[in-house]
Amino acid sequence: MTVASKQLESGRHTREGSPWTGLWAVVFKEMADLLTSTRMRILEVLILLTAIGASYAAMTQIRQTIGRDVFLFLKLFTVSQAPIPSFVEFLSILVPLIAISLTFDAINGEFNRRTMSRILSQPIYRDALLFGKFLAAFFTLALVLTVIWLLIIGLGLIGLGVAPGGETVARLLLFLVATIFYGGVWLALAMVFSITFRQPATAAMASLATWLFFLIFWNILAGLLAAIISPVRLGLPQEVLHNAQTQITLARISPTFLYGEILSALLNPAVRSVGLGLLLPFLPQGAIPGSALPLDQSLLLIWPQFTGLIAATILLFALGYVLFQRQEIRA
Amino acid sequence: MSNVVIETHGLTKRYDEVIAVDNLDMTIREGEVFGMLGPNGSGKTTTILMMLGLTEPTAGQVRVLGLDPARQPLSVKARVGYIPDQVGFYDDLTAVENLMYTARLNGIPRKEALSRIEIALQRMGLGEVMSRPVKTYSRGMRQRLAVADVLIKQPQMIIMDEPTQGLDPEGAHEFLNIIRHLKEEGITVMLASHLLHQVQAVCDRVGLFYQGKMGLSGTVDELARQYMKGGYRIELEVLGDRQALEKALRQVHGVTDVAYLGKHRYEVRAQGDLRAEAARAAVLADGRLLSLNVEAPSLDDIYVRYFQEVEHDSSKQAA
Repeated sequence: MTVASKQLESGRHTREGSPWTGLWAVVFKEMADLLTSTRMRILEVLILLTAIGASYAAMTQIRQTIGRDVFLFLKLFTVSQAPIPSFVEFLSILVPLIAISLTFDAINGEFNRRTMSRILSQPIYRDALLFGKFLAAFFTLALVLTVIWLLIIGLGLIGLGVAPGGETVARLLLFLVATIFYGGVWLALAMVFSITFRQPATAAMASLATWLFFLIFWNILAGLLAAIISPVRLGLPQEVLHNAQTQITLARISPTFLYGEILSALLNPAVRSVGLGLLLPFLPQGAIPGSALPLDQSLLLIWPQFTGLIAATILLFALGYVLFQRQEIRA
Repeated sequence: MSNVVIETHGLTKRYDEVIAVDNLDMTIREGEVFGMLGPNGSGKTTTILMMLGLTEPTAGQVRVLGLDPARQPLSVKARVGYIPDQVGFYDDLTAVENLMYTARLNGIPRKEALSRIEIALQRMGLGEVMSRPVKTYSRGMRQRLAVADVLIKQPQMIIMDEPTQGLDPEGAHEFLNIIRHLKEEGITVMLASHLLHQVQAVCDRVGLFYQGKMGLSGTVDELARQYMKGGYRIELEVLGDRQALEKALRQVHGVTDVAYLGKHRYEVRAQGDLRAEAARAAVLADGRLLSLNVEAPSLDDIYVRYFQEVEHDSSKQAA
């Protein structure tokens, strides 16, 4: 038996080379494409307007109402002045929109341009193409969000004339990370749809429909379902509690709800519990209402939500990965 | 004897109930231009995809340059260039940028890549337009860009799927010349097509595909001799005694068949151009020769004949 045939024998069960060959080539090319695309220009304008509008509104409000606050800077993100919503409210709508617009045509676009078979006939695996596209979109999203974040802080520094404290900065950093991963969920979702549907428009609509479903309908549905699963018959406290627990568990399927919980704990140090605490008007015993929690306690509070968002991103990406590996290349 | 570049044994691909490629055995040797012929849906593209490891065979084996594409796809794809059917590029990028992406995916260092890209584009006559976005390119220019694209990796072999489809006659002619130049450089070329005269013009050997099987393969002459049972068709118009004429024509050496077509016209099947011999025989049999024509075997004839036959067979089987 020659060396070559031995290699063939041993190669029968393993693929040669790394699945990530060519990954960075894909990432750099895709990022360059995304950053110079027209849709990016539109998003940039939208984001700029949002940042300026929301922070201006927040600053006028803050100057009027609060004189001195340790977490003044956090208010910049959360305080709203009717009719302009607060910046985080804006973000929870903008982030999915940005994310979906980055990946809804990732895979089907290659098929439609007829570049897919040419790219895959280069010495790379499909893994590199899919992961490269995801990473490029993820980095772009992170870049965009970091820019807005810095912009708001900069505007805050100029407008309020107060420098944020160490803990405030830490909270804001965590808020940024959470926002990026919240976007990651929608990135991965739009990517799955871009694999399933051959038309980019269909993929975009499916992604937007899913997002609207979670944004508007899921909370209503959760309430209705909770009434069926654990009904309140006699009005006993246990029944009310049980009903609320079911409702919150169901609501937590929605990434939008998880993100909301994270924001409330991170940006409002006075929040002492998420979930039930938001629904039921009682506080844990011995707590002093209105006093701030230290950062590690706030973080502990929303740790499950945080990991939940990351897990959802990974799960959705894995689903897309399996679908893409099984897909036939020919159109 | 030159080396074998591609070899398949019992290669089969099944999609659910449909058999796309059925127990295919084929061999392609180094330096030759091989043409895969067949109607759409006869399994040509699927066969190509299996050769590149882009889809897995259901059964059987493929060896490309001695490698197994299912297990060593990277090595295969680094050595084999593929020009897909209706190849696409990133329209907003320039030709150089498009090819640079290919070079990066192939792991070619930037400096080396730039010089290879320059050379390849100049060769394909795209030097003037190389920094224009690809969306301004015509169909023919894109097709040449596709060749430049595969030349970047300096392939041992190039596989083309319907390379001349959608090109105007001049563009197609130019493209066939490009294929000839590739062959002169020692690059093995395999092309799939249903445009017969173009395949005949450029291919050393051809294989006829039908329903996932390769029915015939060989040089066009070989096929004509084997399959057409005498590929030359001579038509004579002779006045005279029909029986005597048929008998005389049949006795000419090299004639395989004689048929009367009516109105004093006879069809003679022969293994070569036997016009002179046939004319002599007709005159010697007291015939008055009015006209004489010969048709050399073309791939079209072989193709049509072959498909008539296989369809006839399959309808008989069905009945």
